Parts: sequence; structure tokens; C-alpha cells
Amino acid sequence: MIGHDRKIWALHLGLVGVLLALHWVLPIYHHTNLARIMVLAVFAMGYNIAFGYTGLLSLGHALLFAAGMYGAGLSTHLFGWSALPALGAGLLVGVVMAAVVGALALRTKGVSFMIVTLMFAQAGYLCVLYFGSITGGDEGIVIAPASRILAGLDLSAETPRYLVAWALFGAGLLGNLALVRAPFGRVMIGMRENEDRSQLLGYDPYRTKLVVTLVSGLYAGVAGAAFALMFGYVGASFATIQYSILPMLWVLLGGAGVVLGPFIGALLMFYLIDISSSYTTANLATIGFALLAVVLFAPRGILGAVRERWLPWLP
Amino acid sequence: MEGLVTSSVLALTAVGLSLVFGVMRVVNVAHGEFFMLGAVSAWFVTQAIPGPPWVSFSVALAVCPLIVAGLAAAADRMILARLNYDPEATILATIGLLYVFQQAALSFFGPDARAVTAPFSLRLQFPWFGYSGYKLFVILAAVLILSAVWWLMQRTKAGLVMRATQMDRTTAQAFGINVNRVYSSVFALGAGLAAVAAVLIVPISQAYYLMGGEPLLLAFTVVIIGGLGSLRGTLLAALLIGLSDGIVSMFFSPTLAKIIATLLVAMVLVVRPQGLFGAKA
Amino acid sequence: MTKLLIDTKPSRRTVLRGLAGGATASVGAFAWPGFVQAQTSAPIKLGFQLHRTGIGASYGRWYERTAQAALKVVNDAGGINGRPVEIVFEDDATDPQRGSEVIEKLVNQQGVDAIFGPLFSHVVIGSAPRAAELKVPYLVCSEGFHVASGMLNRWTLQPGITDVRSQISAMAPWVAANLGKKITMIFPDFAFGHDHRDFFTAAIEAQGGEVLAQIAIPPTETTFTRYFPQIPAETEVLYHVMVGPAVLTFVKELGEFYGTGARPQIFGFIDSVEAVDVAGPGLEFLEGTHFWEAHNRFKQADASDHETFYRAAVGVDDNGASLQDAADVATYSHMFSCWETLFMIKAGMEASGYQTIADRQKFVEAVEAMTDLPAGMERPQGDKRFNGKTHQVFGHQNISKVEGGKLVRVHSTSLDDGAYADAVDYSAQSF
Repeated sequence: MIGHDRKIWALHLGLVGVLLALHWVLPIYHHTNLARIMVLAVFAMGYNIAFGYTGLLSLGHALLFAAGMYGAGLSTHLFGWSALPALGAGLLVGVVMAAVVGALALRTKGVSFMIVTLMFAQAGYLCVLYFGSITGGDEGIVIAPASRILAGLDLSAETPRYLVAWALFGAGLLGNLALVRAPFGRVMIGMRENEDRSQLLGYDPYRTKLVVTLVSGLYAGVAGAAFALMFGYVGASFATIQYSILPMLWVLLGGAGVVLGPFIGALLMFYLIDISSSYTTANLATIGFALLAVVLFAPRGILGAVRERWLPWLP
Repeated sequence: MEGLVTSSVLALTAVGLSLVFGVMRVVNVAHGEFFMLGAVSAWFVTQAIPGPPWVSFSVALAVCPLIVAGLAAAADRMILARLNYDPEATILATIGLLYVFQQAALSFFGPDARAVTAPFSLRLQFPWFGYSGYKLFVILAAVLILSAVWWLMQRTKAGLVMRATQMDRTTAQAFGINVNRVYSSVFALGAGLAAVAAVLIVPISQAYYLMGGEPLLLAFTVVIIGGLGSLRGTLLAALLIGLSDGIVSMFFSPTLAKIIATLLVAMVLVVRPQGLFGAKA
Repeated sequence: MTKLLIDTKPSRRTVLRGLAGGATASVGAFAWPGFVQAQTSAPIKLGFQLHRTGIGASYGRWYERTAQAALKVVNDAGGINGRPVEIVFEDDATDPQRGSEVIEKLVNQQGVDAIFGPLFSHVVIGSAPRAAELKVPYLVCSEGFHVASGMLNRWTLQPGITDVRSQISAMAPWVAANLGKKITMIFPDFAFGHDHRDFFTAAIEAQGGEVLAQIAIPPTETTFTRYFPQIPAETEVLYHVMVGPAVLTFVKELGEFYGTGARPQIFGFIDSVEAVDVAGPGLEFLEGTHFWEAHNRFKQADASDHETFYRAAVGVDDNGASLQDAADVATYSHMFSCWETLFMIKAGMEASGYQTIADRQKFVEAVEAMTDLPAGMERPQGDKRFNGKTHQVFGHQNISKVEGGKLVRVHSTSLDDGAYADAVDYSAQSF
């Protein structure tokens, strides 16, 4: 195990380094796409921590993403906050929302947990519409350009946007790696594999899962807030069930319980849609068939398959 | 009354989902799409068959669920069986199916919502408002079909086999039950029930390629609230949810009512995770 | 770390040279494919943000057909500034996030000169900030009040269709004078419905009328019958507006509710039956009710030659359905905006002598300078007035009555009927 330490860090730091280098190399179109993907991958990492490592199959993560998004968006829109405190507000709202939902939903397990999280997210979505006079409802709100300057970095410009997305991604990825390699990470996996045995070993499942949910909310909230500030728009479509399904899809596609899985999944999914829409008008079918292919030939996701066959040390 | 129509359709859809989940332990995300395919194929069938609406509609009611069930059986054989019904992989696979079915409907049926004529247009006219006789028929038909499903599960050998498989797959196999065939039949039956529900409701609402989302969410709720694998629980939950929506909306603005109803469902589960009528796990 | 560089606003290539040396400079050079097509003989390339999938798909299909038809007319007449025109259609899935990515793709990958075409407000609002960042003219065909309300930016214009606020204020006086003053409204409980609720209530009160009840339908609703008993018995006019796939259910259930019994006057926004056959099964009760239409779906007795030409070019019969399939009803009151917007792009580009994407700003200024727009082949819906400050165009509105299963125009509003005070002056904002 120890012998793999160097390989593991080299791989993850290497990816972060490559992504930084890509900033100077990528054509402009792919440059912005990658900025989007990195932020969405942070969201998916949050999902992976809950689902991939701890086995919490949530169908309500859109609520946490939207909480971060509206936390940031509304604090700029209503109170004129600048981007840095807004980002903090988004992060905080994400964590608080995760605490509330987690405290209640974690009393349930399995499918009941899925449905409870789904219901909370649905209620959240309807609230966004119901309080339309504040939130802008389905139309959403545009964040003023002046509020999108993060500590001197204008997030509406390509370079700072990419670098902020990269910094967020790097921090998220390395944080994720450290978390799952820490003793607590093994407790998380223990909960996924055999909750009763973990309990016998003295770990409180409810408390462990609540902590995991908070971390997951932190990732989702900060990703939502950053996404709002980077692209200047906050809207109810981000609170729909679609944004609960997407992170699950990215994680399952890339490989659940693999640190790099969410990024690989988000990247592939993005380009699958983007490229297929240039060649065929039937892009829904392309996504569908691609998913079926992955699930038939790599049921543990892409990196899951890689881990099974070639790199057993992949965290 | 309106709530009863909602409940009937919901009960049919949810029982289908409940069977699949109960017996196969598969979370079928594409269940709503089977519902949609039922409605869409009903439109094609009623268009293709000449004659009075009741003839073409009867044909649709008989044929469409079979088509959808056949499709589901094929999907089970080609995809789910190969995944060995792994819970995570089947979620992903059924999401894949969802996209494929949606695209198929969009390409061959188009993006418009299309109406199917009701088989008869009996109206019960009261002084202040009218009522559609067809809605009564929907309720009646749903009750009949659900009774048939109950009879199938409780009184026939096929039902016994399914229940045995649900309780313990390995033991069932040891007793010589062809589990794979049971799974295919259950998946087909579940999809067929969703399709029946859709054919029944389509003259009231309409066929539309994105119509599968709402029934899926509601059916999931009903199944979980009712308690997993409990047919009776599913029925009661369908009734409860179909009616509660209307009752809560008498006191609050409709959207607020939806929010409250949704949170209520969540809280019921938090307090009783095994569902209202499920046995303690 | 890069703060110093960013404060001086370097281009990506100066950062590149400064930090990474010249080794990768050649790679960065083809980062802007848009600059490649600067030659004047090359076609003018327009991007179209299309609702091909998602909830907007039934509108999207007709938007594409209308834009294609207009494109053919423009190219047959020699294109724009003597250059042929091409349109790149890109699906936005009727989703704001994908919408914003589509803007990105059209500008940075396809190198388009301008973008037009989105209908749904949330797509417009989600995409407009990105269009402004990329400094690309973004001409929306949405009828939302978002442009004129001032929430968007200098690069976003709506020169092809009147906004909902103007539509409503223009019609309210006629409704109060001819149908009744005690009104009950049924509308979807989200932003589009709230626009109706707020603007119509205000407009009808200005006429001495009164809104008795406002029935907001939750956005996820698929059945409506339970809401109809909330309509007060003393209602004189029922004002309804619905959007989305459930519209057909809505009108059918309304018909079931009233049946053949007594009913108030019914006034609907055509959105409630857009792409739906008004003579379809279950809709018999619509006979004698009124609708707002931007553009008369059924060919009227006094139709102009331009109207006839437009119908033929797009492929729509006299009943507003596809020439190929009589059951395929057009989104007639919205799709003309694609046609008219393309001709506005042509006019703006010709007025500004548009050559390359460096002239995008001149193009916006040229459109802002436009005012009175006469009816003609470019504007089959009728003459209009463009407001360069609010970036919004104002046209005539029609009120039609269902007679014998057809919509027959009974009133047409004047341009002044739909006027309201400017809420913003975009032309004073920076680019």
C-alpha cells in the first residue's frame, strides 16, 4: 500500500498540473468548456463522496447545488455583495442545506433515502418558483458584472475564470484524495460495504454519514456558487431533478468510488453531447446508447474497470 | 372524483414499478418512459385503425400494453440480464433506455402533444358544471385490472413463483424456478401495467414525448410510501396521494400546496422509513 | 498569482508568451477560428439557438422551418451586402445552461457573425450574459419582457416580436370595453404567468375593471379540473393563458367543465392553443370565444400579398397547418419573429456596412438607430416601431374570435395601444 503512495500523488497532482498547462494550449472554445467541466466535476466529486464512497444514493443533490447557486446569486442580487463573500455565502448555504436534509433524510436508508432526498429537492425547486418575486422563478436572474469580480479577478473574462475553476478543482480533488485516504475514508467505505460491522467496530453510522453529507454539501454548494458567478446566471432549471441525475450519471460513468471518476465522467458526458449534436439531431439517443455501452462493457464505470484490470491501487 | 382518476392511473403505474422493484430489486428509471410509450403507441394505433373511436380505442387498449411489454422483455434480456441485475448498473442502464425511448418518440412521433379521442363522450351534466363519463370508466377499468393483478399474484402459480423469487432468489433457483424467465416476465408485466395506465389516461390528457417524468416521480413516491413489495400498501398510498393533493390545495395556493404535500411525503418516510404499510425491516 | 497579468488585461496569447515561452504559441494561434473567415466573399454566418429537444421542441421545429424559409428568400435576393448567408442551427435542449454553451460553441467554434432565435425566457436570460462577454449580437425571438425590462445587456435585442407587457396593455382596453369588466385569470405559476398576472391586472384596473380571482396553476400540474370550481360565479370574463405540453388537456378540461351550460366570456392567449388545432376533438366549446393572436393563424379575407408569400415560403396552408400534414399546426403567433429578425439582421448589416466580426458593434448601433419599420415582405406580421433604447420592437396585436372552427380577426390594436414608459436605455451602456 505504502509503495503506491508516490504513484497516487503523482497521478493526481499530474492531472492538476496538466489542467493548468492546458490553460495556455487549449483553443478558446475548449478552454471555456473545460472551465465549466471542472466546476461541475467539483459538484460530482461531492456526489461521489456521498454515493461512491459511503453508499448514500441521493436523488436530491440538485438542491445542494442550487442552494450554493442561489446563496451566491441572491446575496449579490439582493444585497449587492461582491463575489468573494457571495462565494462564501453559497458555500455556507450549501452546507446548512445539507445539514438540514441530512439530519432528516439519514434516518432512512436505501430507496427510502433516495425518495426522501428526491422529495426535498422537489420541494426546493417548487420553492424557487413559488418565491419567484425574489428568485426570478423559472426565468432566473442575471448577476451584475460588477458582482462577478472575485478578489480582483473578473470572472467574466476567460483567463481568471479558468484559473479560478482550476484552483477550485485542484483543491477539491486533492481534498477528496486526502479524505478518502485518511482513516475517516476507510470508515466511509466501511459504511458502504457493511454498516452493521462498522457499527460493531464503534463507528456511529448516523454521525459518519452526516459528516459525509456536510462535506458533500460543501462541494455542491461551492460548485453551485462558483458556477453562478462564473457564468452570470442563476435559474430554477439548476434545481430540477435533471441536476440530481447528472452528477450520478457522471460518477457512475467515470467510476463510483474512484477519486478521478467524477471528472472523467463529466468530461466524457459533456463532449459526448457536444460532439454528437454536431453530427446528428438525435443526440438523446447517442447519450442513451453510450450509457448502455458503458454499463454493458464497463459496469463499474470507466475508471472502475481500469482499477479492476490494470491499476488496483487507484484510490 | 378528480383525485380518484389520478389515484387509479397512479395505482396502475405504481403497481408495475412496485413489482419490478419488489421482485427484481431493480430501480427502473425508464418506467415513466414505458408509460409514455403506451400513450404514444395508443396514438399510432387509434390513427391507424379506421372506424368509430371505441373500436380503435379498444384495440389500442389491448395491443399497446403488449407492444410495450414485449419491448420491456427484450430490454430485460438484452441488457438487464447481462448486468446480472446489479443495482447501480441497472440504474445507469435504465437511464440509458430512458434517453433512447425519448429520442425514438421525438423522432417518430414528434415534439407536439397529440390528442387521442375518447372511446365515448358521455357527459353527466350538473347545473353548475359537467362531468365526463369517460373518467368513471377509467376508474372502473383500473379497479378491474388491479383486481386481476392481485388475483394473478395471490391465486395463481405464476404469482406464487414471483413471490417466491421475491423472497429469496437463490432458494427459488434451487427449487427449479427459472429466475431469468421470471424476471423477464415481471419486467414486461410492470411495463405493461404502466402502458395500460397511459392508454387509459391518454384521452383525458394527451400523448407527449416528455410525459414520462411526472408519473415516474409519483409512482416512486407511492411505492415507497406504501411500503416495498406490499401491493396493498401501494394501492392505499396511490389513493392517499391522488386525493391529498386536491385536499391540501383547498387550503393553500396550489403551488404552496404542492410544496407542503411533497414535504409531508418526505416526513412520513423519515418517521416511518419502511413506509406506511410496510413491515418493519 | 496571475493578478498582475490580469489587471493589465492581457490577451491569452500575451499570458502565453510571458509564462510559457514561445514553444506553444503556434498552438494558441488557431484558438480563434472566427478570425479566419474575414474575406469579404465568404458567407455571412449566423448562429441559431434552436429548441430542438426539451419542452420547447414543438416551437423549435417551426422556428427552424421559418428561419430556413427566410434564409432562402434572403439568399435568392443576393444575400447580405452581396455575400451569401448561412445559418448554423444548434440545439439548446431548451435549457439555459446548454443555451449558454451553445452561444460559446457558435461564437468560438463556428465563428458566427451574430446569433438569433431563442424563444424560452430562461434560455434567453441564461445565455445573454455569455453573449455580452463574447461581444456577439444576440437577437432573441422570445416575446418576454426581459429585454425591455433592462435586466439584459447592450448586445441583446428583440427586433422581431412585441414583448408580453406591450401585448397585454394593448389588449386590455378592448377586453374591458367589449367582453366585461369582472375578470378571473388562470395562468401558470411561474414567471411567464406572473407577467400576465401583474400587467393584465394593472391594465384592467386602469380601465375601471376588476380582477376577481387569480388562479395560479403549479408548473408541474398535468390535470386542471380541480381548479375550475374556484372561478367565482359572478365572473364575466375568464382570461386564460397556459404554456407547455399540458395546454391541450387544459382547454379540453375547461370545455368539459363548462360543457353546454352557461359560461362567462372566455378570452385566451393563443399560447394556450399554439400548435393545437382549435377545431380538434373536445374543443367545440371554444366556438365563440376570443383569443389574442400576434399573427392570424387562419388566413384572413384581407390578407396582404406579403402574407400570402410568407405562408407559401414557410409551407403553411390557409388554416395555419403544414402543407404536408394538416394535423401539424404551426406556432403561427411566434414563428414570424424568426423571419422578421433575419430581415432585421440583413437591414442592420447593410446599414452598418458590416464586413467582419470586428463590425459587430457597428451592427448593434445600426439596429439601435432604427425606428419605424414598414410592413412588407420583410415583415408579414405588419408594420412595427423599434425602440433603440429598450432594444424592443412594438407591433400590432390582433383579437380573434372562433367562428366555425376558424379564428377570425375582430380587432387590431394600434402601435400606441401597446406603448409604455421606457425602463432602460441600453444605448447609453457600454459595449
